[in-house]
Amino acid sequence: MKDEIAIKGLAHMDTAHDSAAKHVTGRAEYTDDLAEPHGLLHAYLGLSKCAHGRITAMDLDAVRAAPGVIDVLTAADLPGVNDVSPAGHHDDPVFAEHEVKFWGQPVFAVIAETRDQARRAAALAKISYEPLLHALDPMGAKAAGMDYVTDPLTLRRGDAAQGLAAAPRRIKGRFGIGGQDHFYLEGQIAMAVPGEDEDVTINVSTQHPSEVQHMVAHVLGVQSHSVVVNVRRMGGGFGGKETQMNLFACVAAVAAKKWNRAVKIRPDRDDDMSATGKRHDFVVDYEVGFDDQGRILAVDGDWYARCGFSADLSGPVTDRALFHADNAYYYPDVRVSSHPMRTNTVSNTAFRGFGGPQGVIVAERMIEEIAYALGRDPLEIRKANLYQNGQLTPYHQEVTDQILPQMFAELEASSDYHARRQAVLDWNDRASQGGGVIRKGIALTPVKFGISFTATWYNQAGSLIHIYSDGSIALNHGGTEMGQGLNTKVAQVVAEAFQCDLSRIKITKTTTEKVPNTSATAASSGTDLNGMAALDAAEQIKTRLVDFVAERWQAPKDQVRFVPGHIMAGETAIPFDEVIKAAYMARIHLSAAGFYKTPKIHWDRSTGRGRPFYYFAYGAAVAEVSVDTLTGEYVIDRADVLHDVGRSLNPIIDKGQVEGAFVQGTGWLTCEELWWSDKGELKTHAPSTYKIPLASDRPRVFNVKLADWSENTERSIKRSKAVGEPPFMLGISVFEAINMAVASVADYREPARLDAPATPERVLMGIRRLQG
Amino acid sequence: MTGDLRFLLNDREVALSAIGGSDTLLDFLRIDRRMTGTKEGCAEGDCGACTVLVGRLTDQGLRYEPVNACIRFLASCHGCHVVTVEHLRGPDGGLHPIQTAMIEHHGSQCGFCTPGFVMALYGLWMSNPSADAMAIETALQGNLCRCTGYEPIIKAALAAQAAGGQAMDALAVEREGVAAKLRAMPRERVDVMKGADRAIIPADTDDLAALLLEHEKPTLVAGATDVGLWVTKLLRNISPTIFIGHLMKGVEVTETELKIGAGVTYSEAEPLIAEHLPELLDYWQRIAGWQVRNMGTIGGNIANGSPIGDTPPLLIALGAWIVLRKGAERREVALQDYFIDYGKQDRAPGEFVETVIIPLNRGAKIAGYKISKRRDSDISSVAMGLCLTLEGDKIATARIAYGGMAGTPKRAAGAEAALVGQVFGKAAFEAAARAVLSDFTPLSDMRASADYRSAVAANLLRRFWLEQSEPDLPVRLNYAVGE
Repeated sequence: MKDEIAIKGLAHMDTAHDSAAKHVTGRAEYTDDLAEPHGLLHAYLGLSKCAHGRITAMDLDAVRAAPGVIDVLTAADLPGVNDVSPAGHHDDPVFAEHEVKFWGQPVFAVIAETRDQARRAAALAKISYEPLLHALDPMGAKAAGMDYVTDPLTLRRGDAAQGLAAAPRRIKGRFGIGGQDHFYLEGQIAMAVPGEDEDVTINVSTQHPSEVQHMVAHVLGVQSHSVVVNVRRMGGGFGGKETQMNLFACVAAVAAKKWNRAVKIRPDRDDDMSATGKRHDFVVDYEVGFDDQGRILAVDGDWYARCGFSADLSGPVTDRALFHADNAYYYPDVRVSSHPMRTNTVSNTAFRGFGGPQGVIVAERMIEEIAYALGRDPLEIRKANLYQNGQLTPYHQEVTDQILPQMFAELEASSDYHARRQAVLDWNDRASQGGGVIRKGIALTPVKFGISFTATWYNQAGSLIHIYSDGSIALNHGGTEMGQGLNTKVAQVVAEAFQCDLSRIKITKTTTEKVPNTSATAASSGTDLNGMAALDAAEQIKTRLVDFVAERWQAPKDQVRFVPGHIMAGETAIPFDEVIKAAYMARIHLSAAGFYKTPKIHWDRSTGRGRPFYYFAYGAAVAEVSVDTLTGEYVIDRADVLHDVGRSLNPIIDKGQVEGAFVQGTGWLTCEELWWSDKGELKTHAPSTYKIPLASDRPRVFNVKLADWSENTERSIKRSKAVGEPPFMLGISVFEAINMAVASVADYREPARLDAPATPERVLMGIRRLQG
Repeated sequence: MTGDLRFLLNDREVALSAIGGSDTLLDFLRIDRRMTGTKEGCAEGDCGACTVLVGRLTDQGLRYEPVNACIRFLASCHGCHVVTVEHLRGPDGGLHPIQTAMIEHHGSQCGFCTPGFVMALYGLWMSNPSADAMAIETALQGNLCRCTGYEPIIKAALAAQAAGGQAMDALAVEREGVAAKLRAMPRERVDVMKGADRAIIPADTDDLAALLLEHEKPTLVAGATDVGLWVTKLLRNISPTIFIGHLMKGVEVTETELKIGAGVTYSEAEPLIAEHLPELLDYWQRIAGWQVRNMGTIGGNIANGSPIGDTPPLLIALGAWIVLRKGAERREVALQDYFIDYGKQDRAPGEFVETVIIPLNRGAKIAGYKISKRRDSDISSVAMGLCLTLEGDKIATARIAYGGMAGTPKRAAGAEAALVGQVFGKAAFEAAARAVLSDFTPLSDMRASADYRSAVAANLLRRFWLEQSEPDLPVRLNYAVGE
């Protein structure tokens, strides 16, 4: 290899996604693109057409007789357990047996020679149901006396009841917050290839290979060491492939082992959206007590979630809603409780933010209530309530890294917030007087997001680095690539450690064969955990190399240094390749397994106390919108974002995460609406009916900046901060701005109190309500 | 069975005899040819991950357009040049300027939508070298990205436009050769089968007329933007299938009429709309996404009989009529009478829509409004077409048609009556807005509630009046992309 003096791709450098050239040429391989083994079979799921009912008859004769069909699998055909419950609740069957609990629940799978044959055959099933009562939404479930899918949580500090009673002012409200489909562009898919003994290898689009491994082992009734799970990349995940791929992987694996042929399963988009979980929708009852200056004195709230028929991840999701019920604000007395309601809908799951957004947006709703009650700019109320270092969150974690005051100041100036707010107020005044139908709104909202899995044991990661004798490096870690640039950022950490060009490092697929017992690539933690684990492995090899170089080139160890492309032994620069070759000849171990666990964190759910988060990531956004009061349509005129990623490992990739999260968060609160029929059938199950933002929905002016002065106060990887989820919540600024525009039609006498998403319909109906 | 299905796939000629009418281009690429650069995201033409270019000979020469391979039937590629992402390259054989710009501007994250974006942007770069951000957005109405928020993709597209180089592009350099190969392909009727799935491609419109007399219940496929979903979503058997997207492409403009062949696509008609009915251009550009506009035909949109319909509310308001043909016989039907009831049209077996005739009401006041949950590439909650003529200060005639308000696109008789004979003023439109509430009993569904549809139907009349009376007042949202 050539000398590397001007090396590329070190930590903190703008570096393109490692697969960018493959993306644009179509050469990046996704699971469905892998070369197919000879004799590949295809599986297709048969889904229920009943929200809740007893299966009284299941006639699959026509299915079995259809062209190309090899087999039909039902619950009875599973060699191990009929359960893919990720949280150990044993409530998530692969195939419904006796009773279906939501419309779209898998009941059987067809195995056929082609996917088309399997799909057509699946449609021939005749299943009869005896309908049972069903509840579709959280309040309906509550009224029907449905149980919780998992234990609820209460966070408490001080005495909320007393605080409210003593507060000079109190406001109560109810807020409906919609769910969201992930709409990963690449749908769920798995291909299982059988091996000898009990072995099976699964190529699957997943954020959590280890969980697929364990689930497949359980459903096959074999040990985990028989199951290998591989994923090179996903075409998007967003939380939708943290648990939801399990079922598909298990069906493919069972069929593959039964027929000793490779089996692929890929649902059509409609079936994918009907049969897999989404972001939880919530109904929240809140009450806030405050003083005449707008200072919050007490908060009391109940978060009712549409969890679906089973627990899945609803426990930690509803927990995290409460962890973020304060967003960035100090509540002196607080009681917030979760109500994870069982409903006859698909089991809701992880989605970017993981319940956090549904906490944050309620905090912002309460701020808005206070501001309107006092006739003040909501920004003043926000500032009056921001945490000060040393104050405690409702879960008794001390806030120590507050940077929002500085971020607000910077963003207010860069966005010209105050002048623009005045211009918006003036515009609306003129519209009131002159019959104008276009109204405007503007809002600045912050986010403070806790980083770490609240399940403390997930905060661990492993890695594996090999340096081959030619000096090339193979890097593997437990994280998965879904577009976020994780592999690139972790490779940059390794490049930095060895002071070598990024091109020297081969990024390899994630596989349970190389790094075991991995955590999901979730909770924004991918780089924090895997970057550290990779650094650990690199440091182990570096230590050996330092010892070796010191001895071979006769230099004190403290004078052996890694410089671009070389290792210095005192004043002697030895090319990296030469050192590696020599080290190999000297029988130095050039491979290392790295490990990391996040320090300092602990959490006791039973007492609601601890330090669940290693640190907080912060951000703020200003959004300005125009609303057409005749139709409820709107446009985002401008958005200015300032976001904190600590000392960024790769500013351009982090900026991409911030921009994308903002637009996705905006989609959640505007055009993305899930709609079920009374019978429980999800009718928005494809892009023709479920509308995620398009290019023309993005802000007309979009200024996104990283707070480049920020540095993580904790010893995170290179002092960076996690970025995946926090900026999602900045989309709330758009929602708040729309609310302001709506409220203007009644001269801001009261807040618009729109439920989310603020579809054009909700906006128009809100306007009409306020107009009386 | 006659003839092979012939087309060019990138740099190869393909001839196929065992082809069914319901075989899609995407499955052919991905399954038969294992060309996996083109992705399936939704199988209904709504996400754009499967975007490829299809080049075809037109009166203006070889024309390449982005289309959705997922709902494009393979048989409809007869005589065309199919270009996939695997064929895209720069003049030096390396990356194309679009690809380079996408990398440099970090336009991909997960990368799954990326080949589709690249192909749509390639189509734009080729056909409109001076596209600005708004034009790029319009070209990307049919492409979903869930990762980037689009900003870097727009920047990449602008950079590629600035880089230029269209004359050196492979498809430009090879243009004459490709056109010659396509011209050399036989034009006689193709009649092929796979199993029991039959595909027929008539040689010309007379051949189509003859075929329709022979076959009892064929499926006519023009742009396949709806029929495609009958196959990919409903798994319907559509055999025998008669492909007509290459037929009835004629356009004739007279002093008083636009005569548009039923096979003219939305994209092909767009310049006509821009020139003769500029009030409707904004609406026209919001019909589906670009890929669908490149496939979908005006005749298909009418014949298909959707209760919402993209063009019917406009065309009914304009007083359009259609020519239906059976064998050598033709009859004319006013479009408003063609839609009889939900799922029922005035079209006899063997008949097909041949021509759409739009009167040019010069001097009339015309408007078209589309309201949907998402601005672009969404099915309307409410669509409205309006055409008024004035005599002095009075409204002489009023034709107002709505989509999304009933089982068929339908005129608002009460609202029209409230206008006709009245002074062209606010009072008349307020009266019409009240009257329109009694004209319809709309349904509630996932797109909108009945209350919302009614409220909007009324407010669109108010919007029209404001636009007429208050030229200085902002009445519509401003979507211009700023700095």
